[in-house]
Parts: sequence; structure tokens; C-alpha cells
Amino acid sequence: MAFQGTKINPKRFDKSQLKFYAFLVPMALFMVLPVVYIVNQAFKPLDELFMFPPRFFVLKPTLKNFIDLWRTSSTTGVPMTRYLFNSIVATTITVFASMLVTAGAAYVLSKKKFKSKNWLFSVNQIALMFVPIAVAIPRYLIIKQTGLTDNFLAHILPALAMPVGLFLVKQFMDQVPDAVIEAARLDGANDWQILIKIVIPLVKPALATVGILTFQASWNATEASSLYIADETLKNFAFYLSSLTNASNAIAGVGMAAAAGLIMFLPNLIIFILLQSKVMNTMSHSGIK
Amino acid sequence: MIVGKFNQLKSSIRRKRENGTLSDALSVFLLLLPYALMFSLFVAIPVAIAIGLSLTYFNSIQAPEFQGLLNYITLLTQDEIFLKYVLPNTFKYALLVGPGGYFLSFILAWMLAQIQSKARTVLALALYTPSMVGGVFISVVWRTLFSGSESGYINALLIQWGWITKPVQFLQDPAYLMNIMIIVGLWSAMGIGFLAMLAGILNTNEELYEAAYIDGIKNKFQEVIYITIPSMHSQMLFGAVMAIVGAFNSGWIGVALSGSNPTPQYAGQLIINHIEDYGFQRYEMGYAAAISVALLLMVWGFSKLAYRLFSDRD
Repeated sequence: MAFQGTKINPKRFDKSQLKFYAFLVPMALFMVLPVVYIVNQAFKPLDELFMFPPRFFVLKPTLKNFIDLWRTSSTTGVPMTRYLFNSIVATTITVFASMLVTAGAAYVLSKKKFKSKNWLFSVNQIALMFVPIAVAIPRYLIIKQTGLTDNFLAHILPALAMPVGLFLVKQFMDQVPDAVIEAARLDGANDWQILIKIVIPLVKPALATVGILTFQASWNATEASSLYIADETLKNFAFYLSSLTNASNAIAGVGMAAAAGLIMFLPNLIIFILLQSKVMNTMSHSGIK
Repeated sequence: MIVGKFNQLKSSIRRKRENGTLSDALSVFLLLLPYALMFSLFVAIPVAIAIGLSLTYFNSIQAPEFQGLLNYITLLTQDEIFLKYVLPNTFKYALLVGPGGYFLSFILAWMLAQIQSKARTVLALALYTPSMVGGVFISVVWRTLFSGSESGYINALLIQWGWITKPVQFLQDPAYLMNIMIIVGLWSAMGIGFLAMLAGILNTNEELYEAAYIDGIKNKFQEVIYITIPSMHSQMLFGAVMAIVGAFNSGWIGVALSGSNPTPQYAGQLIINHIEDYGFQRYEMGYAAAISVALLLMVWGFSKLAYRLFSDRD
């Protein structure tokens, strides 16, 4: 069989692609249907939620589940809006701080010359294997020692050390030619100016990826609220919803749980769709050499 | 002598200031500081503490008491639950969700690369969706679908089709829990590694394929083995590491689904649940730390294997 033109990333549809669709479409449905089901569930009125046999799609959509969720305040009387506010503030600060911190460290590891540079990068690369949950106890002890218990910073600081983020930005930054930086230095720019004015604009896709990953981690995180923070008014939205929808003490019914899940999920989806091309661009430089 | 050292230092600083390396060193230090500080505080030092604590008896009230390797010995010889349930469960789950999920994400990424870009974007988004939904959503989805009441969707379907007559308690029944966990694990396994491999396949050099066909490659399978994988093995390695870490990280799912730690008859008990059980329920922090170290060693071992398979250093 002779070569029939490249088949990676084809421009047009061809009958030979059908076999791939035959596998991909069912898989995609398997991935998406549970999500679609919960979205429908969130808008179902009470009688449809407990209907037998249950229907997949909602018949008479209602916002009642969301309104109920809004009105429920936890047993300690903290309103839902307080948790939502905490989450929005913590996530926003974490995302921007993480992009800045990562960009600074990546710039140093990618473009500066000093003795322990390679060693530092390989330490970070080993930390790609890091499983945060394994060190929940030592982290808790450190948080206690540094006085961060019941401190809003407990939501933010642990999330700033993201080895995958540094890894991706550094690999991406390696593509920026040194000549660009040399030229800026000859014009009298210092490291800070080079970073802000030249390097960061060039590595925006990678930073956007770090932003998304940090967003997902921070928005969905319950660790800080359940382990480090006892003050109910400082806990975040993900924790609140997970305690409402907990299997062992389900305060929220099926419909409210679905509504809660949907509220948690939507921001992730929207941000990913907006930035997906930047993520794919970053991922092409993600290889471990 | 001290004066001599001091003068030496002074002149070296002056020299560095003159040729500009001092401000250079200072900016390296300042730019690296925030990340290095957070990394040390929340990644490196915790690992060190875990190793240290694992050699002690520590109940979080009294000071830790050194007892050598006793925790590890207990873990490997006395801890019946660990040996009988946790370890086999962890291996089963991690092997199916880790390498299994990895294999699946490679196949899917490769197939996505064979179709045109608009359909690819939509399908890739669908496949990645479960990875971004977050813990709360994952547990809500699967608890609802596998709910033990008649209005649980799966139960209702099975009753309608006449396969069962009364609802099955999927999430409380040890016979089902682990399999459901594996399904959920695979469902959310198309994470960042999947995106990396997709990007890697799309970036392979087209000329390589043409050259390979001239050299006598005959089919798609040979194309994948001889061209695609070798030219993107760095992404393959990244994907492998992410898959392994993801599999171990997603171990909370059993507790989230069944609503209890320990899970019913330890059917879904994985190593991270065992850590939480000892650390935050029994406050045997020293022992929990030893289990943590065991977990980190497992992840490290699996990753080492991946490095051996895909790294171009050796």
C-alpha cells in the first residue's frame, strides 16, 4: 500500500475516518451523558425527580432546586452567599498570584544562568509525582505552626506551589529565543522589566493554562476548609456544597445536589472553553525530556 | 583570619557589582523566592516531616516518640486490613485506572488526530469534561446514577429491562463498589495528560510519515509504533506520570460514593482512605505518616517504570 497523503490532522472528511467516529462518538457520549443527566436533574421539579421509571430529560423545567439551595443556610446560620463570596475571592487571588509566582520562577529557571539551576528544575520535575493527599497531616502541622489556621491565606498559599504549572511554563519559555532577552537587556531593561514587558506576553498561553489548572484546583478544593479552617464564615463554596450533598448526611435532596453540582461545574467549563486553544498550544511543549 | 575572609568577601562583592552579576544574583533570588518558599513549605518539608513522623509514635497531643521502623514493620506484618484489603484494592484500582486510563487516553487522542479539526475540538471537549467537573460534581453524578432507590437511573433501567426485580444497593454492596469506582476513575481519567498527548500527536512531523511509507511501513499500527510514539515520547512520559498521579489522587472516590470511611467491608478501601482513617479518625499520626511514605514510594516506583519506558536519556 502506497502512502496516501498524511492522515494526521486531515483537512476534509473522508469515508476512511468513519471507523474512528464509530469509536469516538460512543466514548464521548459515555463521558458527557452523566453530565447532561445531572444538568436535567437540576431543573426537574420534585415529582419528576422521583418519577418511576425516571426520565432522562426534564419535562417542566423549574428553578426551584436552585432557589431552595440559595435559601438553605448551614446549621450554623451562615448564608450561602458568604461561602460563594469566599470562593470567588480566594480563587481570583490564587489564580493571579499563581500565574505571577510561576512566571517569575520559570523565567529564572529558563533564562538565567546560575549553579543550582538544573538541580532545582529536576527537583520540581520529581515533584510532578507528588500526591498532595499523602502529606495532608504534615501540611496540617505546618499550617498550625505558621499560624495559618483560621486564616484566609490557608486557601491561597498551599495552592501556589504547583509543580505541573512551573514545569509547563518553563518548557514553554524555553521556546522564547535568548536573543530577544539580550536585546532588551542591551536597551537597559532589568530582569523585572524583561519579565513583565517581554517574557510574560510571549508565554501567555502557558500562563493561561496555569490559570485554568489553578482555577480548577482552587474552585473545587475542600481540603483547606475541612482541615485548616474551623471558622464557618471563612470556609469556601465547594466545601459547603460537599457538606450539603454528602452521602452520609444528605441535607440536600437529589435535585438540590444536582443544582449544587451544576453551579460548581459551570465556571470550570466556561473558562476551559474560552481558553482551550491556549491550553493545546501549551501542551505541545509539555514533554519531559 | 576572619578579617581576611571578610575582606575577601568584600572584594568579591565589589567585583560582582562592577560586572553586574550581583544584581543578577539578587533578581534570581527574588524571582525564585515566592515559588521556592511555597514549594518548600507545602511540598518538600511536608514530605520530610512525613518521613520523620513515620519513625515515631505520635498521637498529635504528646510529643512524637521515636520508635524506629516499628510502624513499617506493623504495616507490613500486623495490619490485616492493609494487607488483605487496602493493598490489593489499591493495586487493582491503580493498575486499571492508571495504565488503563493512560492507554485509553492515548488511543482516543490518536483517533482524534485522525479526524478533521472542528469535530475534533467538540469531541475532545466532551472527553475532557469529566476531568474538569471537580469532586463535588463527580460524587453527585455517580451517586445519583447508581442510587439504591427505584428512582436511581441505573436501577430503574435494569428493572425496566427485566434484568432485576428490586433495586440493587450498588454503592453499599461490596460486590459492586470497586467496579463502580473503576468506572468512575476511568471516566475522569482523560486529564491533562490526554491533552498533552493529543497535542504531541498533532505536532509530529508529517514528512516523517511520508518517509516511513517510502521505507516500507504498511499500516496504521506500524505507523503508530515506529513513527508516532517515538516522535512524541516526551509527551508520552508526561502523560504517563500524570496518569499515575491521577490514579492515586482520585482514591477518595470510594468514600465519596459509599458515604463512609471505612467503605462497606473495606471493598473500596484504597491507601489514601487508610491514611485518613488512621490520621484524622484515630489520630495515630505516626502510623498514618508511614502509610503516606508507602504511598509516595508506590507513585515513585510506578513513575520510575514510566521513565524507563519513555525517557530518551537511556
